[in-house]
Amino acid sequence: MIRFILGRLVKAVFILLAILVFNFLLIHAAPGDPAAVMAGEAGAADEKFLADLRTRFGLDQPLYVQLLIYLKGAVQLDLGFSFRQQMPVAELIGDRLPATLLLTGVAFVLSLVLGVIAGVAASARQGSWGDTIISTLALLFYATPLFWVALMAALVFSVWLGWLPGFGYSTIGAGYTGFAHALDVAKHLVLPATTLGLFFMAIYMRMTRASMLEVSRLDFVKTARAKGLKRSVIQRRHILRNALLPVITLAGLQAGQIFGGAILTETVFAWPGIGRLMFEAINQRDYNVILGVFYISAAMVLLFNLITDVVYVIIDPRIRLTG
Amino acid sequence: MLQHFKIAATALALALAGPLAAQDGTPKSGGTLNVVIQPEPPGLMIGLLQNGPTQMVAGDIYESLLRYDFDLKAHPQLAESWEISEDGKTYTFNLRKGVKFHDGEAFTSEDVKFSMDVFLRETHSRMRTYMEHVESIETPDDHTVIVHLKQPFGPFIGIFEPGTAPMIPKHIYEGTEFAKNPANNTPIGTGPFKFDEWVKGSYIHLVKNPDYYMEGKPYVDEVYYHVIPDAASRAVAYETGQVDVLPGGSIENFDVPRIRELENTCITDKGWEYFGPLSWIWINNNNKPLDDVNVRRAMMHALDREFAKDALWNGLGKVATGPLSSSTRFYAGDTPDISYDPEKAKALLAESSYNGETIRLLGLPYGETWQRWAEAVKQNLTEIGMNVDIVPSDVAGWNQKTSDRDFDLAFTYLYQYGDPALGVSRSYMGDNAKPGSPWNNVANYQNPETDKMFAEAALMANPEDRRAAYKAIQDKIVSDVPNLWLLELGFPTIYRCNIKNPVNTAFGVNDGFRDVWIDK
Repeated sequence: MIRFILGRLVKAVFILLAILVFNFLLIHAAPGDPAAVMAGEAGAADEKFLADLRTRFGLDQPLYVQLLIYLKGAVQLDLGFSFRQQMPVAELIGDRLPATLLLTGVAFVLSLVLGVIAGVAASARQGSWGDTIISTLALLFYATPLFWVALMAALVFSVWLGWLPGFGYSTIGAGYTGFAHALDVAKHLVLPATTLGLFFMAIYMRMTRASMLEVSRLDFVKTARAKGLKRSVIQRRHILRNALLPVITLAGLQAGQIFGGAILTETVFAWPGIGRLMFEAINQRDYNVILGVFYISAAMVLLFNLITDVVYVIIDPRIRLTG
Repeated sequence: MLQHFKIAATALALALAGPLAAQDGTPKSGGTLNVVIQPEPPGLMIGLLQNGPTQMVAGDIYESLLRYDFDLKAHPQLAESWEISEDGKTYTFNLRKGVKFHDGEAFTSEDVKFSMDVFLRETHSRMRTYMEHVESIETPDDHTVIVHLKQPFGPFIGIFEPGTAPMIPKHIYEGTEFAKNPANNTPIGTGPFKFDEWVKGSYIHLVKNPDYYMEGKPYVDEVYYHVIPDAASRAVAYETGQVDVLPGGSIENFDVPRIRELENTCITDKGWEYFGPLSWIWINNNNKPLDDVNVRRAMMHALDREFAKDALWNGLGKVATGPLSSSTRFYAGDTPDISYDPEKAKALLAESSYNGETIRLLGLPYGETWQRWAEAVKQNLTEIGMNVDIVPSDVAGWNQKTSDRDFDLAFTYLYQYGDPALGVSRSYMGDNAKPGSPWNNVANYQNPETDKMFAEAALMANPEDRRAAYKAIQDKIVSDVPNLWLLELGFPTIYRCNIKNPVNTAFGVNDGFRDVWIDK
């Protein structure tokens, strides 16, 4: 197992570097640079101002030199400096990452737990009213664009009902500490985490339901029934455990997608995470920040995949790991 | 001959009881002001960064020598009085006494000289151009600054606002590398509010300057600038009471009618007089058939700008009559007619060299309003028989395409800074047309006659002479139609009506909340 994990980690380093090079070339291929964007915001920049900015940011160097400088830093875990925010990228990401992990973590757990429960419930009585309602809702959540759900959620729960705050991470200026602070953050988290989680919940629910139905038709389930086991025991111990494998595969893959979804959710709800940092950095062509976020998110996706593989073994003893 | 130029110090000080000091009831002290800011500024050191959001926050922290009312008339700020010599070449400023920076150091004439002559000359592109007119700066004592100009420069008295000529503490910056000075993260000025905290991605917090030199001011205890990246969410933040002031452009225009109907909500399009934001479409005068004046005139008459104003801008703003905003000095309203007249447009197009070519229209990537506006323009031009393709882009892409002159028509809007010599001539001067910048003469309008007139008008000492010169320039440029002028943009500032005086100078919310008070 340890050999497997080490082997995968070595591979991951090379994959990461490849991702960095590819992204570096991709964002430099987009028109415009951070100097022009910053100068544009100043409204009236002369050529000297632009040239000064480009020299300060090292944008006057040939592209391959810029790439080499970046990679040299990246292998030493130095993510460079943000042109726009005048801060080391690692520090910027470090400041914002906890908020994103909280949001995506909660959304992930919420969607997985509720998705599996709903999927099990729907499959228990296939074709019943309950199944139809759950399946229809799942289809609806799956098909509705994230930003629309986000805006509607803010409109209903924040503007109309006034139950929950519509934006931000905590109540600014309230000065809460300890439990009051945690409660305040939790209140702010409800809308973004639910919004982000709904789509994924729908996926997990549909997958669980389909998988449960498939497994329930297998011979060993019939055997279990013939042995006279209770229906709930068969559901939980025999069907669910086997049906979860594809759900876990999917969840591992979707973990990266949740990260992508966080970009929109964080933007709409002004959640100060790295998804939003990324969104703003793309608009401002803040190259090092974009690459830094890619770096971190790619590393996390690779990590999630690794975790998925390990969890497999725990759930299904038939699977053996090879590096 | 230049009597009108001589401004008597005492008279001005007395005149202060005028519009800038106008109050709406008896001010009450205390309270918190919650304002939206977008996008998050890259920094707050106004001497280094001049973008809109920086200016909005820095306007509370930094000050300049003067302030300007809605008519762009100068009023005292850090200078309590000033005098301009008869020949228009010597400006004497008498500074207010007892002014301190936020770190407790005294503000003196040395800071003024350092700011203008050293700091801003190095870091501020607009200021650098203005300083080319300055021969020397004298500081005979701590409270007197004498600026000698090489020649009279009419617009000079209009540059002493915090976005252009902020007063920067010499004791912090002298001898340092300005862009890397750690003090940039904790800006120090003389303004009514002090920097307290900036939680990136969330908010910027300013607190009342207890040692401010104006008795009793500022009235509010603290200001929070909330960073909310999505326009719809900013509207929600106002609706739910989490913010109280939405500066111009914070929310999409189509949300304005709904928000303005909310209880206790006031709206004003004042506070943009200095900037005079004028929108137009650059015409690439290099490209055929756009080099044909009849094609350009046809396009001008094809545009239904009243419709754009009413449908896209909620009736705010004004239809432009030419290259100057009506709030800019020396604006002439009686220039050649460029109003909507599709029949005339069709006739002009028939006479022109236009042959069905597809014209590429580059929209401005500043949100829904601009996208819809591009669609409206496309429809107007299609109605007179032109083929138009809208080219989408983001901000960086727009910069690149206009810099490279890779467009036929391109939306833009620019500030005018109160004077044609400061904010208009740059878009029309022949020698300012080199590709590589999206903020110069992007259209490549070449007219040696207006070039000469612009150069002369900037250096005239007598305002009446300048007025006549700029009238001739406007007539000439409007008849050449190098660009398609659209609207003087009306950016609405929306706020709760119990917040008094959020906008009371030509800079609006960018001028700091010195006079703001909250009626509870």
